[in-house]
Amino acid sequence: MTTKTDKQQSTDRIEKRIEVRAPRARVWRAIADANEFGAWFGIKLDGAFTAGATVRGRLTIPNYDHLTLDIEVERIEPERYFSYRWHPYAIDPKVDYSSEPTTLVEFHLAEIAGGGGTTVTIVESGFDRIPLARRSEAYRMNDQGWAGQAKKLAGYVA
Amino acid sequence: MSRNRSAAAVQVPAAAPVFAALGDTTRLGLVRRLSADGPLSITRLSEGTGVTRQAITRHLHALGRAGLVRDARRGREHVFALDLKRLEKARQYLDHVAAQWDAAAARLQAFVEEEK
Repeated sequence: MTTKTDKQQSTDRIEKRIEVRAPRARVWRAIADANEFGAWFGIKLDGAFTAGATVRGRLTIPNYDHLTLDIEVERIEPERYFSYRWHPYAIDPKVDYSSEPTTLVEFHLAEIAGGGGTTVTIVESGFDRIPLARRSEAYRMNDQGWAGQAKKLAGYVA
Repeated sequence: MSRNRSAAAVQVPAAAPVFAALGDTTRLGLVRRLSADGPLSITRLSEGTGVTRQAITRHLHALGRAGLVRDARRGREHVFALDLKRLEKARQYLDHVAAQWDAAAARLQAFVEEEK
């Protein structure tokens, strides 16, 4: 897998690019269909993705399955672009995150010429508006296992 | 006054928009300068910038409110220094979110490639 992160240039956004060996229509379904999204992301969503609507979900990642989060779908352009807003690292059930700024998550799909698969670019932006206290707290809390769990899960589905 | 501001920067990090504070060429220049040359006085920081001391002071205060810069005394001189811990925290957070997306992207890839 090729991933690309614009490391030092920006403090506001994260960008990942992967090339997958699957047709664009297939990748689109995995992202825009709430059930399929949930299968690889690790979340059980209680509705379909519709532009302008908020879907609530419960994480299915072991040890995080008590957490719910809201995905506010912004824009859907079939087979090309999908975006939503959420509260990054909203992982403390005791905290009400609803008044805090959200980040924007975008998926861009492009066909690789010659039928070679699909390029998926994932961008999350808007971090400069997240209070620093939240960021360092989230970091501290997640350091205790989120990354490890994610890796485990990647090994499991792969 | 310097002591009060430094204390405030530590106590209310929630109000500290670090990244926003860095979104200005002059302030970014000051951070670069302090990072390369260590603690410097306002006079030294103004030299060669074409920006007035007053403007530099304002920018340093903005950086101070974001918790990025501390002021201190070095002998008789009043100097400003980078608070690297704060910068490092912001950096770590983004690295951490990025690592999470790496894992999610790997899961997405496995998901779409495996069933054909």
